[in-house]
Amino acid sequence: MEKITTEQRLEELTAQYQKRLGEKFSGKDGKKHLVVCGGTGCLSSHSGEILEKLQELIKEKGLEDRAEVNKVGCFGFCSQGPFVKVFPEDRLYRMVKLSDVERIIEEDVINGNCIEDLLYVDPQTHQKVEKQEDIEFYKKQVRIALHGCSFINPEKIEEALGYGAFQGLRKALHMSQQEVVDEVLASGIRGRGGGGFPTGRKWQFALAQQNEEKYVVCNGDEGDPGAFMDRSILEGNPVGVIEGMMIAGYAIGAKNGYFYVRAEYPIAVQRLRIAIRELEEIGLLGDNILGSGFSFRCHIREGAGAFVCGEETALLNSIEGKRGMPRPRPPFPAVKGLWGKPTIVNNVETLANIPYILREGAAKFATMGTEKSKGTKVFALGGKVNNVGLVEVPMGTTLRELIFDIGGGIPGNKKFKAIQTGGPSGGCLTEKDLDTEIDFDTLVARGSMMGSGGAIVMDEDNCMVDVAKFYMEFICDESCGKCTPCRIGTKRMLEILTKICNGKGEEQDLEDLKELANATKTNSLCALGQTAANPVISTMTNFPEEYIAHVRDHKCPAHVCKSMMEYHIMPEKCIGCGLCARNCPVQCITKTDKPTANGRPNMFVHEINTKKCIKCGACISNCRFGAIEKR
Amino acid sequence: MAKLQAHAVKTITDIVNRYKDEETPLMMILEAIQREYGYIPLEVQELVSEQLNIPVAEIYGVVTFYSLFSLTPKGKNVIGVCLGTACYVKGSQLVMDKFSELLGIKPGETTADGLFTLDALRCIGACGIAPAISINGKVYPKVEVNKVQSIINEYKEGAAQ
Amino acid sequence: MSLVNIKIEGKDYQVDSSLTVLEACRKCGYIIPSLCSWNKGECSLASCRVCLVEVKGARGLVASCVYPVNEGMEISISSQRALEARRTSVELLLSNHQKNCLQCEKEGHCELLKVAELVGARDGKYQGSMTEPTVDELAPGIKRNTAKCILCGRCIEACKKAQGIGILGFEKRGFKTIVAPAQNRSFAESPCLQCGQCVLVCPTGALMEQSEIEKVDAAIKAGKKVVCQVAPAVRSAIAEEFGEKIGTNGTKKMIAALRRLGFYRIFDVNFGADLTIMEEANELLHRMNNKGVLPQITSCSPGWINYMEFFYPELIPNVSTCKSPHQMQGAITKTYFAEKHGLKAEDIFVVSIMPCTAKKYEKTRKDQGTDTWQDVDAVLTTREIAKMIKRAGIAWNRLPEDEEWDQDLLGQYSGAGVIFGVTGGVMEAALRTAYFALTGKEHEAIKFEQVRGFNDIKDAEIDINGTKVRVAVASGMREAKKLLDQIKEGKSPYHFIEIMCCPGGCINGGGQPYVKPLLLPNEDDDIRETYRAKRASVLYSEDERQVLRQSHNNPDIKKLYDDFLGAPLSEKSEELLHTSYVADRERYPNLKK
Repeated sequence: MEKITTEQRLEELTAQYQKRLGEKFSGKDGKKHLVVCGGTGCLSSHSGEILEKLQELIKEKGLEDRAEVNKVGCFGFCSQGPFVKVFPEDRLYRMVKLSDVERIIEEDVINGNCIEDLLYVDPQTHQKVEKQEDIEFYKKQVRIALHGCSFINPEKIEEALGYGAFQGLRKALHMSQQEVVDEVLASGIRGRGGGGFPTGRKWQFALAQQNEEKYVVCNGDEGDPGAFMDRSILEGNPVGVIEGMMIAGYAIGAKNGYFYVRAEYPIAVQRLRIAIRELEEIGLLGDNILGSGFSFRCHIREGAGAFVCGEETALLNSIEGKRGMPRPRPPFPAVKGLWGKPTIVNNVETLANIPYILREGAAKFATMGTEKSKGTKVFALGGKVNNVGLVEVPMGTTLRELIFDIGGGIPGNKKFKAIQTGGPSGGCLTEKDLDTEIDFDTLVARGSMMGSGGAIVMDEDNCMVDVAKFYMEFICDESCGKCTPCRIGTKRMLEILTKICNGKGEEQDLEDLKELANATKTNSLCALGQTAANPVISTMTNFPEEYIAHVRDHKCPAHVCKSMMEYHIMPEKCIGCGLCARNCPVQCITKTDKPTANGRPNMFVHEINTKKCIKCGACISNCRFGAIEKR
Repeated sequence: MAKLQAHAVKTITDIVNRYKDEETPLMMILEAIQREYGYIPLEVQELVSEQLNIPVAEIYGVVTFYSLFSLTPKGKNVIGVCLGTACYVKGSQLVMDKFSELLGIKPGETTADGLFTLDALRCIGACGIAPAISINGKVYPKVEVNKVQSIINEYKEGAAQ
Repeated sequence: MSLVNIKIEGKDYQVDSSLTVLEACRKCGYIIPSLCSWNKGECSLASCRVCLVEVKGARGLVASCVYPVNEGMEISISSQRALEARRTSVELLLSNHQKNCLQCEKEGHCELLKVAELVGARDGKYQGSMTEPTVDELAPGIKRNTAKCILCGRCIEACKKAQGIGILGFEKRGFKTIVAPAQNRSFAESPCLQCGQCVLVCPTGALMEQSEIEKVDAAIKAGKKVVCQVAPAVRSAIAEEFGEKIGTNGTKKMIAALRRLGFYRIFDVNFGADLTIMEEANELLHRMNNKGVLPQITSCSPGWINYMEFFYPELIPNVSTCKSPHQMQGAITKTYFAEKHGLKAEDIFVVSIMPCTAKKYEKTRKDQGTDTWQDVDAVLTTREIAKMIKRAGIAWNRLPEDEEWDQDLLGQYSGAGVIFGVTGGVMEAALRTAYFALTGKEHEAIKFEQVRGFNDIKDAEIDINGTKVRVAVASGMREAKKLLDQIKEGKSPYHFIEIMCCPGGCINGGGQPYVKPLLLPNEDDDIRETYRAKRASVLYSEDERQVLRQSHNNPDIKKLYDDFLGAPLSEKSEELLHTSYVADRERYPNLKK
């Protein structure tokens, strides 16, 4: 591509690419356009091979002027991947297998027919849905942070430009630094990475610092288990995040930006690298960008597997080649950050919102959301919910809409029990919170937090003590070990939770747990420690009866905690097929001399010797008659 | 000091030089060495320590802080079972247990034949396809317990060929 | 300096705006316990969470050690929340701490125990598994027990700050975190100087000197002739062990106490120091007159010798071949003294009482003795001898002050020997003798003020009869490194350099009494800044009091040369009083492959 050194040239090229992209989506160029999801989830289900095969077949059959295939970023609806989408029909094929490729070419591309069995089936209505926009999962979504994801090829700068990239920066370059900060302040956007600190205020602090060297750091160390929006954004539209970083750099007076991305996200890193290289080649990164006098360079640093590095001061230490141990604050990074210089650390999703704010204006952004939480939020909806994936909804959407409308409800008609938001730092919300409009503050008020937007749905089969233990195990593993409450307090809490889950808990343990939880919250050095006890506090508050059952009756009501649970065969349901016995690894299932209820000859009810049973669950997963229960 | 072979010294020196001009490049260098060799033994850290003039205790502290870095060689195939929330609630612990049972090693260990290392992973961001595992960086979606044996076989056969 | 108005427990104060909450509270007369940040931000990790206080309007509790004061701040140290928070932090630390306090050698100097008392920690409130412990007792000088470590990080800082080498670091993470040399190796397997600066700051018994008390006890009980020799710096600090103010001269009581412990002879290493000066000053003159390798560097500090062998072996030719004073004196005790008393070397057990942990290592070196005996058999630190005195039931404050060193061949000493214990002292002593050797006259002023004080590097040019002698003095290897690099680059302008491993010299050696503000309520607030000068003043005033101010005027030294050694640098001197260094000392001699 040619160098773009003036605004005018940028405009011309943008118009040109926009037109091309428009023709592609509308089919005006007389071609069918197939796009294949290139996100991590779909790639793991062979979407890469599907893409190649599609290209091969088109070539083989000489369809080059009738069809084109392209890679795009994440569709978000990962549980249904891999996706192949067909334009101009806007037809979405899901769970596509390599063996379906031939059919897609033959039936769809050549004959123009829709392949019914590759369409999404609504779990409630059992209707097939052809267009993406008609799928419930997508209906309530508003894509700002996920802008471009699943539409453009993340490895082609032309498509990004055609989709509006650099329009935000272009506008910003005509404003003063303060005006840009004011715009961000006016938008009301708050940090998407966890705490929800107003982004504009962070920028204002950094702008106020008198220093030759300042830095913008993009926090891509997405570590909350269950959240993957940052990965998808970086994979789907890296240019958007780079643009956001450049706007931030311009606003505070930084010349260098650092991306800190988890090493576990190789595709994201690679696409970011490609985008940076291409932008450098065409002069949109480097010196005197668009002739404005503004110079900016982007650098990539990879994390190395430490959850705590999502904490901004730990992240800075990590870039500085140190152990990722958080620093005490004050001084705040905006005053003394990377290499002692004023630094703003913004999360990927936050930066992905910035171009929109500049491009469309703060006022428009602020029309979305609640009074104190503007814009949208991407949630990673997971766990016991039908539609698993990334959803971007306006702040203020209720949990009910999220779980039951977008998420399609709980599989197997099980009963909804809780939704865990904010990952290991968050808490559980229950039935009573379903109609709460979710934003930063309502979540905190209900004992949870936004965190990075993980939202894990739990049903009646989940034991909340076990869930608390799961998170505590995580935190204990990921605690940096620097400060006492987090290093030792979480360990002690985990020990107590383990004891309770092993059926050895006493009521005093609950007191100790509560005390430790509160101490860890108020006494820890960084946000990781300060929020480490949230899952414990929130499950204890919302499900006290489950804890009591564990310590008083030594029973796990959800039948999860193995030591307090037994498998039993229900004689009235057992047909005596013996499948369970054959699959039992410890041979503890035997045939009794009791005939089965269905009265077939020589079939006898089976029985589990609970003393020998290791509770592996092999029997229950093999029984086709639902005759085995947990007690 | 245990002696490193000359070509290893050269490779590591090259890596150090590649990143030397970056500001505080220690992590970048360690990551590159980890990628190159699969582990970062003390002798290598001592070499890096000399070249960067950072105390070896500090480098060792960094290496042992981040779970990506390893002090011992990893197996030919690194199996990572995601134990992130989404995978956990979908039963990834059972998948882990099955790998453990079939390979005869605990998470974090390497089989005696050096073929497999089993690691517990913290969310690899593949929650939509839970439970997920990753082998040598390749992600496997929706892994069920009964698929584990065949996945292992796939790599055993690969090694036999 | 601007002032801000703050409130502590509702009472108004005005304090310097640059202070932290902790400092401000101390200034205003409050004691907030703290472990990781123990002295004006020396090592402020803000990690122990023992100094938490409540600040109105702040989110959660704040770590007072790093939190700056600001105008209108309202601080509460004793709110219920703050009290409970501090108590919980300490109780959690205790739950992962080996609490065998009665066996712990830290005895009355444990800050954790003190803090536990201050916050009212409940015994065994929290219990559970402990971090896997490492006990390292391989090195002769210092040892480490991670089961007692609270991860305050002070030692890591001290090692970096004093010696610039960073032997210790945090390892692993979370509950598994420990402080250790790389790969949790032994100090003996690391390029550790064994200087003990880490031991000085350790709040608990995690870092300690290797105790040799039992060895000394056994020798006394076995009826050996146990000769003790006391380094100059010991007298400047030993009284502190018995509750006296820092800067109290403990010489006389110490002599009385040692006598009551049953030592056969009680000598001052100052004799050895005088002997060292005779040898070293003559070595310098020899080098200067014969175009020898210059600058010559002193060799009294075994920590420095370790450093040199590990990191600057190419400077071996520059280092004086003189053994350190106590080694010289030990060698003379086992030869000259033994001979005169009709004893065999093997009958004598020499105990050095030292401000130093590295001396424990030094005495084990191959070249510090003969095939059949070592110059020195045991080294006790100032802290250890104080322990022995206490244990023997000797009441320090009732000891007489009229007892003297034994006067038996090795008894006399000069003031020049005394000041060996402080940075610049060896230089000053050597200059006095060199001046005499070159001019045949005593230097009038006697004092060489230029080399006194605690600046990082001191240098001076002294005109001796037209010969300009350029000298430099450094203490702490981080500082000394600058002089060493200069030599390495061939740019050193100096003739003679004194290097002491510990910052400030032996008065601040790794075997000296701990100076921990929390445990010294009767000392001034700024004691960490002044203690070295206070201890140094003990030595300087003792020098002033001496009639004998120059080593070459010590009659016992003269007699030693006349009767036994012949002259400085004679063959016999070389054999007994000089040593050599190991250029290719394996960096990590016992490193496990």
